Amino acid sequence: MAYSTAAREHFAKELAGIREAGLFKEERYIRSPQGADIEVEFPAGAAGKRVINLCANNYLGLSSHPEVVEAARKGLDHRGYGLSSVRFICGTQDIHRQLETSLTVFLGTEDTLLFPSCMDANAGVFEAILNERDVMIADRLVHASIVDGMRLCKAMQDTFKHSDMAHLEEKLREHQDKRFRMIITDGVFSMDGDLAKLDEIVALAQEHDAMVFVDDSHASGFIGKTGRGTHEHCGVYGKIDVITTTLGKALGGASGGCVSGRRELVEMCRQRARPYLFSNTVAPVIVSGAIKVLDLISKTTERRDKLEWNTNYWRKGLKEIGLDIKEGDSPIVPVMLYNAKLAQDVARDMFAEGIYVVGFFFPVVAKGQARIRTQLSAAHDQRHLDAGLAAFKKVGAKHGILGLGKKEIIEKFGM
Amino acid sequence: MDELKEMVRNYVIREYLEDGDDREVKNDTPLISGGIVDSFSMVSLKRFLEKKFNIQIPDADASPEAFDTVDSIAALVKRFQK
Repeated sequence: MAYSTAAREHFAKELAGIREAGLFKEERYIRSPQGADIEVEFPAGAAGKRVINLCANNYLGLSSHPEVVEAARKGLDHRGYGLSSVRFICGTQDIHRQLETSLTVFLGTEDTLLFPSCMDANAGVFEAILNERDVMIADRLVHASIVDGMRLCKAMQDTFKHSDMAHLEEKLREHQDKRFRMIITDGVFSMDGDLAKLDEIVALAQEHDAMVFVDDSHASGFIGKTGRGTHEHCGVYGKIDVITTTLGKALGGASGGCVSGRRELVEMCRQRARPYLFSNTVAPVIVSGAIKVLDLISKTTERRDKLEWNTNYWRKGLKEIGLDIKEGDSPIVPVMLYNAKLAQDVARDMFAEGIYVVGFFFPVVAKGQARIRTQLSAAHDQRHLDAGLAAFKKVGAKHGILGLGKKEIIEKFGM
Repeated sequence: MDELKEMVRNYVIREYLEDGDDREVKNDTPLISGGIVDSFSMVSLKRFLEKKFNIQIPDADASPEAFDTVDSIAALVKRFQK
């Protein structure tokens, strides 16, 4: 046994350091299916508590939808539980290709390849397409999985200030000596809930001969008039070269992701993307559920319309109470508290009031930008939102933050 | 040396501070540990230094510590200019 006492002590000390810094993450056990109302065991061992969930990525409320569950069950019956194989040996069923085709149609691209997760899609896509003759120019607030994927790729890395088009253009000019330029952005930024200026990005890409990559994980299914994503919202549907997205949020919430885009680029991923080549195929039960999800949301926009109504109602309600929120169009609505301890205290008090929200602070967001990220769902009814607003009003009054702006909150609580 | 530091300082302000960010960047202001530059966007600073001063900084030397202040960056540049 080589796990020595010294090794054990080293890691125990490291973990104690994480705890002391207030960065220790603890899971809360949920004893019910995902939904607007869930039963949570917290702390571990406590009796289950019914709470309203305002922190899930269950944007369309499809995670436990009966038709999706039924489709998944049929998939289990007809195609089995697992395939015990990667895709290119004996892990591709007819339904995998069917889902890829449905995603291609929905996202308005040329082809699609499934990955075990969008994390895997982002980890593999850059290395499969680009090399040392190319440059990747990313928005500085892109998701961590993109940062990891870029690090695995030999192409030159560069970044531009968040949503700063003048800075992006400067970088595009600077890198004209490269073979290919790829602009990389999230569609909806997960922490602030703001949307990328994809119309301007596509125009700059055309002007300076660059490809455009968008991770639309927090948009696919509900952003845009028919929910196709940020590209639809910005009027550039069909003009994005590479889209990655997840099946783990609005599109059923189970797991799985994809690379969708120009035919040759997708094919390069099929040939070279390591997370596709070396990890197991997406399970038939998930593929079957996801096909049903796309079927449901392609027929009607009812769910994304309800989500939009909920989002507007919630944003208006929080502002009326006097909370400081990040403005935007997405169902990600951050309540800004700036101070990490305050964010944790407010989240704890909200839980006591029966509302499940989570505080985010450094290093997940920049220092002095602590917040509670609330997320809306089509599964919420007005009563859920009214209960959430009442709780925020009570807890906000307790901490004396109602009506305060950034400056006043920082003056009172520090950064 | 002062001219070198001024050049680096100006680049940091232009490249990393958002519009409206009025944080003061002094020669000893912590850039990485202070949250002004993150490790993800540090690469453009390295490239700027290599291009501007016609030097090669090996990846092993481009550590977050070496890039943490204008002072330490200037010292790094001096080291590789020799």
